[in-house]
Amino acid sequence: MTIHVAIILPFLMAFIISIINKKFTKIHIGWLALTVPIIVFIILARLIPIIASGNPYTHTYQWIPSLDINFTTYLDGLSMIFGLLISGIGSLVVLYSIFYLSSKESLQHFYCYLLLFMGAMLGVVFSDNLMVLYAFWELTSVSSFLLISFWHHRKASRAGAQKSMLITVTGGVSMLVGFIMLHMMTDSYSVHEIIHQIEHISEHELFIPAMILILLGAFTKSAQFPFHIWLPDAMEAPTPVSAYLHSATMVKAGIYLVARLSPIFGGEMLWFWIVTTVGLITLFWGSFNAVKQTDLKALLAFSTVSQLGLIMSLVGMGSVAYALDFEADTVIYTQATFAALFHLINHSTFKGALFMMVGIVDHEVGTRDIRRLGGLMSIMPLTFTVAVIGSLSMAGMPPFNGFLSKELFFAAVLHIKDLNLFSISSVGILFPVIAWIASVFTFIYCMIIIFKAFLGRPLIQKVERPVHEAPFPLLVAPFILCIMVISLFFFPNTLGKYILKPAMVSIYPNLAPAQKLTPEIHAWHGINTEILMTIAVILIGTILYRLLGKWMGIYRFYPPNWSLNALYVNVISGSESLSNKVTNSYMTGLLRHYAFYIYSFFIFSVGVFFFYSGAFSFSTENNASIEWYEWILIGVMLLAAISILFVKSRITAVILNGVLGFGVTFFFVLFRAPDLALTQLVVESVTTVLFLLCFYYLPEWSTEKLSISTKISNSIISITVGALVVVISLAVLNFDKFERISKYFEDAYNLAGGANIVNTILGDFRGFDTMLEVVVLFIAGLGVYTLIKFKAKKGGTDFED
Amino acid sequence: MKTNDVILKTVTKVVVFIILTMAVYLFFSGHYSPGGGFIGGLVLASAIVLMYLAAGIEIVHKGMPFDFKIIAAIGVLLATGTGFASVLFGQDFLTQAAIAVHFPLIGEKELASVVLFEAGVTLTVVGVVVTIILNISEGGE
Repeated sequence: MTIHVAIILPFLMAFIISIINKKFTKIHIGWLALTVPIIVFIILARLIPIIASGNPYTHTYQWIPSLDINFTTYLDGLSMIFGLLISGIGSLVVLYSIFYLSSKESLQHFYCYLLLFMGAMLGVVFSDNLMVLYAFWELTSVSSFLLISFWHHRKASRAGAQKSMLITVTGGVSMLVGFIMLHMMTDSYSVHEIIHQIEHISEHELFIPAMILILLGAFTKSAQFPFHIWLPDAMEAPTPVSAYLHSATMVKAGIYLVARLSPIFGGEMLWFWIVTTVGLITLFWGSFNAVKQTDLKALLAFSTVSQLGLIMSLVGMGSVAYALDFEADTVIYTQATFAALFHLINHSTFKGALFMMVGIVDHEVGTRDIRRLGGLMSIMPLTFTVAVIGSLSMAGMPPFNGFLSKELFFAAVLHIKDLNLFSISSVGILFPVIAWIASVFTFIYCMIIIFKAFLGRPLIQKVERPVHEAPFPLLVAPFILCIMVISLFFFPNTLGKYILKPAMVSIYPNLAPAQKLTPEIHAWHGINTEILMTIAVILIGTILYRLLGKWMGIYRFYPPNWSLNALYVNVISGSESLSNKVTNSYMTGLLRHYAFYIYSFFIFSVGVFFFYSGAFSFSTENNASIEWYEWILIGVMLLAAISILFVKSRITAVILNGVLGFGVTFFFVLFRAPDLALTQLVVESVTTVLFLLCFYYLPEWSTEKLSISTKISNSIISITVGALVVVISLAVLNFDKFERISKYFEDAYNLAGGANIVNTILGDFRGFDTMLEVVVLFIAGLGVYTLIKFKAKKGGTDFED
Repeated sequence: MKTNDVILKTVTKVVVFIILTMAVYLFFSGHYSPGGGFIGGLVLASAIVLMYLAAGIEIVHKGMPFDFKIIAAIGVLLATGTGFASVLFGQDFLTQAAIAVHFPLIGEKELASVVLFEAGVTLTVVGVVVTIILNISEGGE
C-alpha cells in the first residue's frame, strides 16, 4: 500500500501544482514539488532493511480483475535500486532546477510535467503487471515528450520531441505486442507468475517473437544502436530535464526491463547474443561519436548512449548464467550483471553531476560549444571540480566509482571470452577488444570535457556579462552527487550488501543461496589483466588525445547523408511523400473512378465469393412458361434501354427512361401486383415530369470525350456487373433452403382485419418501415425546399465548398 | 400572345372532382382492395397539380390557403403519433387496433387506427409532392 502511495503522490502533486500555481506566486513553486521526491525517497529508504533481508514487498489494488489487469506493485531489490535513483536524483534535479530556471518560465508546466514523469517512472519500476507497466511506460514517453519540447517556441525542441516520441512509442507499441504474446503463452500478466512458468513456455512458438518485440521496446527506450538517434536531439530540453530523464532515469527503463525479464528469456541463446551485441555496438558507436561533438550536451548525450550500451551488454553477458547449469564456477558469470547494476548507479551519479555542470556553464557563460569555451578553471573552480570528478569517474579512473565498475566490466568481458558455450569461442576475443577500444574513446572524450572546456586558452570571444562562479545553491546538487561518486569508491561493499545483493537475488531467483552472487568489491586486487587494460587505456588515450587534430579526419570518411539521422529523415519524409502519392493516385476527384472502384470491388468480392462457395446453381424445371405478351414487353424495354446509351438528346433519354418505367408498370400488372402497378404508374409520371422540369434548365448535352480505353473498361465493368446481377438473381430463384414466410401474411384478414395483404403489411405488420419511409419522404421534400429557397444569392458566397 | 385555355379550365373543373373522388376512394378502400394511403396521396397531389396548371398558382392558393410543408409535417406527426398512441395504451409501438361501431345510417362499420396511420402517409405524400413541384417550378426563374 505504501508503494501505491509513492506512485500516486507525484501525480497528486502535479495536479495540485497545476491548480494552485496562481496563488503561489511569492515562493518558487519548485519548493513544493521538491517535497514529493524527498518523501518518496524516505519511504523507500525505510524499506531497505526489509528488502535486504530478502522479503519482497507486494500489494495488489484491483483495477480490472475481469481482464487480469490489476495495479500490482512489487518491491524487490531491483525495483528498489531504480526507485531510489528516481527519487534521489529526482530530489537533486528539482533542487537544481529551482535555481536553474528563472521564474519567468512557465514553471507550473515544468514541474507538472516533471512530476508526471516521476510518477510514471516509479510506476514502471514498481509494477508487476505487464499491462500496468506498459501504461506507465507510455506515460514516461508522453511526459518526456512534453519536457523535451518545454521551450516549444523553438523549432529544434519541437523536432527533437517529435523524434523521441516517434521512436520510443514505436518501440513501446511493439513491446505491448510482446507482452500480449507473453500473456497468450502463460495466461498471466504478472511478471513473477510468468517467471514460475518459464519451463513450459521456452519451447512455445511465440517465445522468440515475444522476446524480440520486447527487446525492441527496451532498446528504443534505452537509446541502443540504431535507435539512439533521438537522445542527442532530446538535448534541446532544459538541462535539469536532460540530467534527470536522459541520463539517470528514463533511458534506464529499457535496462530495467531487460534485467527484469532476464529470468524469463535469459536462458535463450538469442537473448544473450542480441542484448550483448547491441550493447557492445552501442558502447563503441556512442563513445566513437562522442569524441567529435562540439556541443558539451551532445557530447554527454553520446556518452550516455555509450554507457547505456555498456550496461546493456553487461546485462546480456550476465544472462549466460541462466543457460548454464547452476554450479559454483558458473556463478562467476553473474558478476557481469552485478557490474551492470553497480555501473547503473555509478552512471546516474556522475552523469547527473556532469549534466548539471554543463547547465551551470551554459547558465554562466552563455554557450556550451567547446570551441568557444576554455580557461574556465580559474573563474569557476567549484564547477571545475565537479567536471573533473565526473569526467574521471566516467573515464574509469581511481579514486572514483567509475573505476570500480570499469574494472568489473573488464573482468566480465574477460570471463565471457573463455566461455565455451553458444559457439562463443570463435568470436570471444572480440568482446574485450571492443570493450577496450570503447574505453579508450571514453577516456578521450572525458579529457575533452576537462581540457577543452576548463583548461587551456581563455575564452576566445568576449561574452556580454562577466563570467563568474555559479551561485552556491546551484552547486549543491552536483556536489552531493560528487560526494556520492567518491564515497561509493571507498565504501562500495555497503552498497553491495544492502542494495545490490537483493537486486541480484531478484534477477537470479534460482541462484539465491549462492554465496558468490555478490562479490566483494576491492579497489585494488593485484596486478591482473583488468588493471593492465586500464593502464593501457590511459596511455593510449593520452597519446590519442594529444594527436586529436591528426586523426579527426576519420570522422569525415563517411558522408553525412549516410548517417542514421539521414536515414530517419529519409524514412519519415519518404513515407510522407509515398503516402501522398498513393493517396493522390486513387483519390482523383473523378466520380467515374470511384464508381469504377466500387463496382470492381463488388465484382471481385461478391462474384468471387459466390463462385468459390458454389452458390451459382441453376435449374429451369420450376420456371413458369413465358407468354407472348411478355416477350413483346421485354423486347420493348430492351430496345428502350439500349437506345438510352446511344441517344444524342437529353429529353429523348428521359422519355426512354419513362418507357422503361411504364414497362415495369406493365410487368407489375402482368404479375398481379395492382398496388405496385398503381404506385409505379403515378410515381413514374411524377418523376418524368420532374426530370423534364429540371433538364429544361440544364445546358446542352455534350457527349463526354472519353478515351477508347476508358470506354472499353466502362463497358467491361457494366457488362460484368449486369451479368453478375442476373446470375445472382437466377441463383436466388433456385434457393430453397428456408420455407417462405408469406403463408403467415395470407391470414391477414384474421390477423389485421384487412383483405389487401400488401396494405396490411405496409400499415400493420411492417408499419414501422412505412412510418420511416414517410419520414424519408418528408426529409426529401424539406431538402428540395431548402436547396431552392436558401441557395446562395447570385454573387454571394457559394456554400458548396 | 395570350393563349386561350378555356377548354383546359373547363375540363379541369370537371375532372378535378373525379380525380379527388378517385383519390378518396383509393384511400379508403386500401385495406380491402388495391389502393391505400400512398397511392391515394399521389392521386390527390396530381389533382392539385392539375389545378395549379389550369388556374395558376395565385388563384389556387387563394382557394386553398395551405402551406403544404405544414401539411407534410402534420402527416409525419400523425403517422408517428399513431405509433406512440399505442404505447400509451400499454401496447407495443405501432400496434394497430380496430373497433366495430354502429352508425345511425350506414350500419355497422369497422373503425381502425390504421386509417389514421394511412391518413398520415397521405398527408405527407400530398404535402411533399406539391411542395417539390411548386418550388422547382418557382425556383427556376
